[in-house]
Amino acid sequence: METLYFLIEVLIKNVVVIAVLMFFAAYLTLIERKVLARIQIRYGPNRAGPFGILQPIADGIKSFFKEEIIPENADKPLYVIAPMIVITAAISMAAVIPFGDKLVLFGREIKLVIADVDVGLLYLFAMASLGEYGVVLGGWSSGNKYGVLGSLRAAAQMISYEVSLGLAIIGVLILSGSMNLREIVNAQKEMWFIVYQPFAFILYMICAFAELNRAPFDMPEAESELACGFNIEYSSMKFALFFFAEYTHMLAVAALATTLFLGGWHGPYLPGTLWFLIKVFLIVFVFIWVRATYPRLRYDQIMKLGWKVLFPLTILNLIVTAFFVTVR
Amino acid sequence: METTFMAINMGPQHPATHGVLRLLLELDGETIVKATPHIGYLHRGVEKLAETKTYHQALVFTDRLDYTNGLSNNLAYCLAVEKLADVEVPRRAQYIRVVLCELQRIAAHLLWLGTHALDIGAMTVLFYAFREREKVLDIIEYITGARLTPSFIRIGGVARDIDSNFVKKVKEFVKEFPSRVDEYETLLTENIIWKKRTVGVGAISKEEAISYGVTGPVLRACGVYYDVRKAHPYSSYEDFDFVVPLGKNGDVYDRYLVRMQELRQSNRIISQAIEGIPEGPYKSNDPRVVLPEKDDVQTDIASLIRQFKIATGGFRPEKAEVYASVEAPKGELGFYIVSDGSEKPFRFRIRPPSFLNLSALPRMIEGQLVADVIATIGSIDIVLGEIDR
Repeated sequence: METLYFLIEVLIKNVVVIAVLMFFAAYLTLIERKVLARIQIRYGPNRAGPFGILQPIADGIKSFFKEEIIPENADKPLYVIAPMIVITAAISMAAVIPFGDKLVLFGREIKLVIADVDVGLLYLFAMASLGEYGVVLGGWSSGNKYGVLGSLRAAAQMISYEVSLGLAIIGVLILSGSMNLREIVNAQKEMWFIVYQPFAFILYMICAFAELNRAPFDMPEAESELACGFNIEYSSMKFALFFFAEYTHMLAVAALATTLFLGGWHGPYLPGTLWFLIKVFLIVFVFIWVRATYPRLRYDQIMKLGWKVLFPLTILNLIVTAFFVTVR
Repeated sequence: METTFMAINMGPQHPATHGVLRLLLELDGETIVKATPHIGYLHRGVEKLAETKTYHQALVFTDRLDYTNGLSNNLAYCLAVEKLADVEVPRRAQYIRVVLCELQRIAAHLLWLGTHALDIGAMTVLFYAFREREKVLDIIEYITGARLTPSFIRIGGVARDIDSNFVKKVKEFVKEFPSRVDEYETLLTENIIWKKRTVGVGAISKEEAISYGVTGPVLRACGVYYDVRKAHPYSSYEDFDFVVPLGKNGDVYDRYLVRMQELRQSNRIISQAIEGIPEGPYKSNDPRVVLPEKDDVQTDIASLIRQFKIATGGFRPEKAEVYASVEAPKGELGFYIVSDGSEKPFRFRIRPPSFLNLSALPRMIEGQLVADVIATIGSIDIVLGEIDR
């Protein structure tokens, strides 16, 4: 009987989380367009529904009805699989992120996370890397030179930045002594880790831009250079999946930042989940803000920055943190 | 092992080639081994077409050369024809021409700024620049009736006189504009990423730039003091106090700085010209060449005959060849006209600045990366309308 309850609980949590995630990812496109528009003295979408709130739905319907084009010299199986990999990886990242503390419902104590895994952090990074496979395969399999260039860039960028990203958060691991995201959040009950690890937070954010392929590191797409890069040949829902995955990924990375540095669901007065969402969207806002402000770096400069600047800095941060933790 | 290079066709449909330029790039990884520009996708045969029209009719073709810069094109053509027909232009008309051409220069440079920044990834600048460009175009539309193809500067003067409302609008704009340039500069000039992308990119030496025939801001960014407005003053430019901004390294960043300074200098010229517009006629009264006033045509038989003669048959200049040039936003725009004494030009040759500037592009981008190609194309500010003609 207990197993059955457990199954039902997991099922419900899955449905709710995926639904909410999809909702936010869809509306993130609208938020991004609105915020960008405001920064750029424009209105943004305002035709579909009041304040354009139906715009994501209109976009979705449009994507469904667009013609599906598979280029003649594409590697068809990979071409079809690539967007699936990307979206799957992006959604799976949400599984281990705790979005609240505990909820007591019908006498059962429900943890507000789908899977309370001990190596949650490791799982997250594995999934994030997996997503990049989709990007690389998608560009390569579409049989377009711009696509290939985009893929090459994606692969190189992924390798460079995953290392620094991983090292940047090890400081947090040292402080919390756990890889379980719930325990990391609970360790921040007194004080958020951003206070102890401000440097790591900045490094994490910089790497996150690269990880997300967002401006100023949006090399794999770089619409003015590669005319969209890896997704140049994709159309219809396949393109929409890439697009969707990008925004889901953005939410996941922001959620991870919240979990690791901003104390997850902790906060006064408001319910935990609300705090969590507020923090996530603050970080997302920073992502959009930076996109509106900065030009794009060049490919080789990104690589240099990754290996020659960020990598040594993260190591330094790690050593200093380890030193202080040991001394204390 | 044999190395083969990847050939990639950039354009004619590519978001960053500014129209229909096609660049055939040979890439070693992402490094450019060879770049070959292919042009001609926008060829309309303007030069040949103009040989079949009278001098007045050919004016409208010039708007469509560099379509961001209709008024300067008009001016260059009119200067050439005025030289050919030996027409004296009243000073009031010259000042009006200066105001309009400098406004047009600001509009053209703002278009360059927005698209160039967008190419390098800074999207917000585009909207800020277009906000002011909109105001300039509104002013131009108010007086000329068109935003893109004004054909307002006519042989012997301008199409109609300006009014106090126009002067007021221009003064308002001139007062506000420098603070707007500051705004663009906050976003870009000291931005570390912007500098990383532009400093040392697409550089060309002084000597090479001259040998390629490069003119305009691209040449001045190399440190060469050459501006037609100063070197061969036309249309009363000698009356105005302005500086020709110069660069040093001839790279994308210096071109950017030069153009940003030019925005401010153009603003200075406009404010001087609009303050000092002299009274007098707005067009010459040369009966051979210039159309009479509309009122006169309806009341006076001599004017009616004159209108009819010029509008139907044009005029016949002496047998001669002339060259006149102006400092267009993109460089020296020249018109070379050979007249055989008939009412149509025998040869009509345009010296488009973009064409010669583009010829230096392969030299600028050799050995650089794909991303630099985009930055460099944006920085030389080409318009395919005048390259293909």
